[in-house]
Amino acid sequence: MKTIFKSIFLFAIGATFLVSCGPDTSKKSNKGAISGNAAEKVYIAPGEHDSHYAFLSGGFSGQLAVYGLPSGRLFRVIPVFSQDPEKGYGYNEETKPMLMTSHGFIPWGDSHHPDISQTNGTVDGRWVFINENNTPRIARISLETFETEEIIEIPNSAGNHSSSFVTENSEYVVAGTRFAVPFPQRDMPINELKGNFSGALSFLKIDQETGHMNIAFQIKMPGFNYDLSHPGRGKSHGWFFFSTYNTEEANSLLEVNASQNDKDFIAAINWKKIEEYVANGGGKKVPAKYAHNTWDDNAHTATSVMEKEVLVVEPKDVPGAIYFLPTAKSPHGCDVDPTGEYIIGNGKLAAAMTVHSFTKMQKAIADKAFDGDAYGIPIIKFEAVNYGVLNQPGLGPLHTEFDTRGNAYTTFFISSEVVKWNVKDLKVIDRHPVYYSVGHLMIPGGNSRTPDDKYLVAMNKITKDRYLPTGPEVCQSAQLFDISGEKLELLLDFPTIGEPHYAAGIAADKIAPKSKKIYRLEDNTHPYAVKHEGETKVVRKGNEVHIYMSMIRSHFSPDNIEGVRVGDKVFFHVTNLEQDYDVPHGISMIGANTSEMLIMPGRTSTIIWEPKQVGVWPFYCTDFCSALHQEMQGYIRVSAKGAKTPLTYTLDGDIPGTDEE
Amino acid sequence: MKLKFLTILVLLVIMSSCGDKAKQEVAKEPQKQEVAKTKELEKIDPMKDKGVGPIKSITLGEIDNALAEKGKGIFKAKCTACHKINKRFVGPALKGVTKKQTPEWIMNMILNPEVMVVENAKARELLMEFSAPMANQNLTEDEARAVLEYFRTKN
Repeated sequence: MKTIFKSIFLFAIGATFLVSCGPDTSKKSNKGAISGNAAEKVYIAPGEHDSHYAFLSGGFSGQLAVYGLPSGRLFRVIPVFSQDPEKGYGYNEETKPMLMTSHGFIPWGDSHHPDISQTNGTVDGRWVFINENNTPRIARISLETFETEEIIEIPNSAGNHSSSFVTENSEYVVAGTRFAVPFPQRDMPINELKGNFSGALSFLKIDQETGHMNIAFQIKMPGFNYDLSHPGRGKSHGWFFFSTYNTEEANSLLEVNASQNDKDFIAAINWKKIEEYVANGGGKKVPAKYAHNTWDDNAHTATSVMEKEVLVVEPKDVPGAIYFLPTAKSPHGCDVDPTGEYIIGNGKLAAAMTVHSFTKMQKAIADKAFDGDAYGIPIIKFEAVNYGVLNQPGLGPLHTEFDTRGNAYTTFFISSEVVKWNVKDLKVIDRHPVYYSVGHLMIPGGNSRTPDDKYLVAMNKITKDRYLPTGPEVCQSAQLFDISGEKLELLLDFPTIGEPHYAAGIAADKIAPKSKKIYRLEDNTHPYAVKHEGETKVVRKGNEVHIYMSMIRSHFSPDNIEGVRVGDKVFFHVTNLEQDYDVPHGISMIGANTSEMLIMPGRTSTIIWEPKQVGVWPFYCTDFCSALHQEMQGYIRVSAKGAKTPLTYTLDGDIPGTDEE
Repeated sequence: MKLKFLTILVLLVIMSSCGDKAKQEVAKEPQKQEVAKTKELEKIDPMKDKGVGPIKSITLGEIDNALAEKGKGIFKAKCTACHKINKRFVGPALKGVTKKQTPEWIMNMILNPEVMVVENAKARELLMEFSAPMANQNLTEDEARAVLEYFRTKN
């Protein structure tokens, strides 16, 4: 008996060590050190608003996702480079021109790096820019309407990756090519890349009133891969810095052949000098073909224009404007701290972070402290420009953002962590694991002189076990940190769409108060708009039937149409007559080979329907608009080809507008 | 015996070590709450009922024809999708409306329909009759005043 008790006693003692109220602590290892009040810090009570907007790139979805911070709630997915049937983007006649390119209509894109416009080095909430990597394009999105207002294609470019970052007064947004290509494109052997391909760095001037972009000049750089970029600011305003890799100019098996050099370069571009050169007639206009698509917010319609030439600047023609800064090794992110003094190369294959000094760079240029040149562009001696090196902070550094207290935060892809370090002291302060394989990170205002440094969002490339599994494909993952203290504090995981490459954040009060609520009918200049129900009608032009239709809670006018024939091309030009916030109506037509339309108050949109079968076919409102939403429907009678059914259109038995009194 | 006692003691410690927390987690009895009822609304003489909204008092003079003409245009653009003058449509026919309701009530119905259907007996009665809620077309007070003037010409 005694032995039994003895063994139970021993077991019990052992168990106390093993059990210890599991859930509280046992999972700590893979949750990070979540402190007790993390939930409180991200909880936004029902009806309350977040303090920040975060615009996360939609990656291979081609779109831009809008989240609230700190809650991580998804508010809206803004269609940019891909069709979106939910909103009719790229399906209705008005938005199709937005997706035109020199290669024709392209329904998809790979969106990458959102960046918010700035005034005096501070994010101002006017526009957000985002680049498309695959078919090089830059888009501008209005932060009043949260809609894409402009897309411009970038010629002589491929893999538009070191884009779309803005200068501190939004003078320019840049677009740099990741893949060197023949410039201009031509039929030539691939293995003759070296010395024959080029890398275009494009500077797009932004009109401060309208936001309209145009390519002011393209710099025809050597055929390296230009990976990422950031503008100088403060003291280095007027310069732009681009990281490069494949300075080996390999054309195959780049994972080996582009990793030979111990150092690649950061290209430092004095854009003010080039701007001056161009203003004095410098550069050469060369033929180029690229689409420039703009949205008119009164006509609710986009126009696509094919541009025919671009101004090209050869580096050799502007001496003193471009330098190479040796940087270890195949650097990915190229980041500039808020003071503009430190330029950081995130050498993804190196064990060290390279920190260059703008002050030293200027002195090196004055002293001509060069170490030869590459295709005529001076290479500044490493020691002459380098401020210092942060040794062994982690494995695989990709991107760095900054706070206002002199600290940098760098993501390490291979070792899956975010490391906080002091730029001046080159000392690591804290590190925190992320789950898993972090790519970009974002601090609101991170690309500016004035970061809003309470939160940090880490965007991870691999999600694995962080959420309930959904088959082989799982959501992408972001993680929110509180960086207001000495230590990084992990607050929240939240799923994202596509694979987010970078994000841009801003305080909500810079955007929310000016967010548009309705489109005023008085301002609607759409050629097929109806301003009131009396203007609704149906007009036949040959085999085209144009329906000028209106919608209001909860009917269409007209809602009975006869005289349409098989073989006709029927245009639904539909105006939402509502003038109240958050009362969109939708419309869908059975058998239409396109999407629905979701039409905001005061706006006009058009879809085409080509009826193929005789019969009486209904259409209906797709967005629950009122208690009588289910009643919001209509019919179109389709007769055989050549039938004599007269064209009629009515609402409640009358021709609309004949019985207004 | 001593060991037996000690064993039981240790077991008790293990068993109860999470107890306090468990106790804390016991949910509080839900408080019995009275389900809020839809407010009963008092019916008022329509010609004294000013409704609920920004318009507290309107003094009418002679009909201002220019203003009425302006109101006609606004009415056509913003209201005719649901209202006719002589015919019941989505909403009621508006002939003689200024004889049935006060000018303040009419303008508040135009300017503040969401609140009117909840807080004003007559507005709610109309919602029940017509089912379609009156849409807020975001007219300004001046525009609503012009529409009112137009209605005065339609008696």
